[in-house]
Amino acid sequence: MSTQGRPKGEYRSAQHGGNSMHRPYVRPMAGWWKRDPFFMRYMARELTAFAVGAFAVILCVGVLRLAQGEAAWNGWLAALRSPASIALHVVLLVAMAVHAKSWFEIMPKTMPMIHVGGKRLGAQTITRAGWAATLIASLLLIALVWGWR
Amino acid sequence: MAESPKTIDVEVLRYRPEQESEPVWQRYTVPYTDDMSVLQALQQIKDDQDGSLSFRWSCRMAICGSCGMMVNGKPHLSCQTFLRDLLPGPVRIEALAHFPIERDLVVSVDGFVKKLEGIKPYIIPKEPRTLAQGEYRQTPAQLEQFEQFSGCINCMLCYSACPQFGLDPSFAGPGVLALLHRYNADSRDGGQALRMEVLGSTEGVWNCTAVGYCSEVCPKGVDPANAVNQNKVNSAKDYFLRFLSPRGSKS
Amino acid sequence: MKRSHAPIFWLLFGGGGMLAALFGTALVLVTGIVVPLSGSDVLAYPRMLALAQSVVGKGFVLAVIVLFAWHAAHRILCSLHDIGIHKGLVAKLTCYGCAMAISLVAAASLWRVGF
Repeated sequence: MSTQGRPKGEYRSAQHGGNSMHRPYVRPMAGWWKRDPFFMRYMARELTAFAVGAFAVILCVGVLRLAQGEAAWNGWLAALRSPASIALHVVLLVAMAVHAKSWFEIMPKTMPMIHVGGKRLGAQTITRAGWAATLIASLLLIALVWGWR
Repeated sequence: MAESPKTIDVEVLRYRPEQESEPVWQRYTVPYTDDMSVLQALQQIKDDQDGSLSFRWSCRMAICGSCGMMVNGKPHLSCQTFLRDLLPGPVRIEALAHFPIERDLVVSVDGFVKKLEGIKPYIIPKEPRTLAQGEYRQTPAQLEQFEQFSGCINCMLCYSACPQFGLDPSFAGPGVLALLHRYNADSRDGGQALRMEVLGSTEGVWNCTAVGYCSEVCPKGVDPANAVNQNKVNSAKDYFLRFLSPRGSKS
Repeated sequence: MKRSHAPIFWLLFGGGGMLAALFGTALVLVTGIVVPLSGSDVLAYPRMLALAQSVVGKGFVLAVIVLFAWHAAHRILCSLHDIGIHKGLVAKLTCYGCAMAISLVAAASLWRVGF
């Protein structure tokens, strides 16, 4: 008989008039997300929130500097040109891409059944529609920034 | 073509409260044929090696929902999981995750049953109906709205997949909420308002963070993740619009 | 049964998540990589001031900053719960408090910029 590691846990309090034979064992949840690649991918998806938050802070500082005048604004632009900032934004870019990908993968799960032309709209179609919308939104943004008069 | 092995090793997490304070792994060697399920391996152990091994099973054909357990760290129906897919072994078998272990592979299901009762899992007619009115009629489109969710066999694999349930066992959970949706989505049913209290409560849909693993492990393709997450919209509507439509007494 | 107040934060989380999915990659690419590296004057003060003074520009920038912040706050709060830190008052005040602070600073700045 081989014993390979005993899980540490706890008991529920004895029920049924204190019968010591009935002692349900509760296994600990610590480190649950390490137990399965599915959970690791979930955690990676959730961690993209830090990138979204960090970028909100960066933009917030930006509008603050904008309100403080041209010199302050140029200071913010100069900070964005530093190698540290560029490196950070590469990381943020990857995180934003992971966010977008996982967001559109989950999106079909949040929607009720949709029928188009008599057939049920599949999850993959909804996900691809999300990506298409992102492409259009990105092009619109670029047009807005470069074309603003 | 490689020869099939003659035996396969199976490790089971044992727990006998009368003789040990913590669960302990025990290894068995089981004769192997390539048509054997994990359930059959357990039955061989119980019949010919160790009669003290305790586990639930019934139909042997993935419809009763009794034989759920963790096989190599993932929730499976043992009758539908085959040793040939787990070669060369050893196969690690543990009681369904996130539930208290009663004994060996038997978990406590009381909580789940209570939650199921709490969502009123039956058709609540929209208005009183006489026999003379005859049967309900449904179009295929109306059937499609709930049919998938009616496939649930209460096997609780989705609960083992759900970390939010593991972290907070008061969460109604994927299976119960999928069944709640099955009734809400049925055109014969008029109980949506009654079930809304469960949906919008602190034990309801808002515990879900859309991990989505529940739908991956469901042996019946129920997609509880969809049932739970589309009801977030319904619950949010109820939350924000509840002051607009005065509901007299809670019927 | 206690009613959950999650719908408020979930709507903010969802709005921010959708905006981030649609615009996040392009925004980071433009403001943080392409413009700094190319030396383009597309983000010059006069242009950006005009953008921020327009109703459309103001609205878009405010929506992005505020919704990104609340999205991040809610998700981080949930992630803390996932690793075992209870969603208590301290956790909630820290996460949502930061989002509120960012929202107020952004709104005040966009107001100061004028019309």
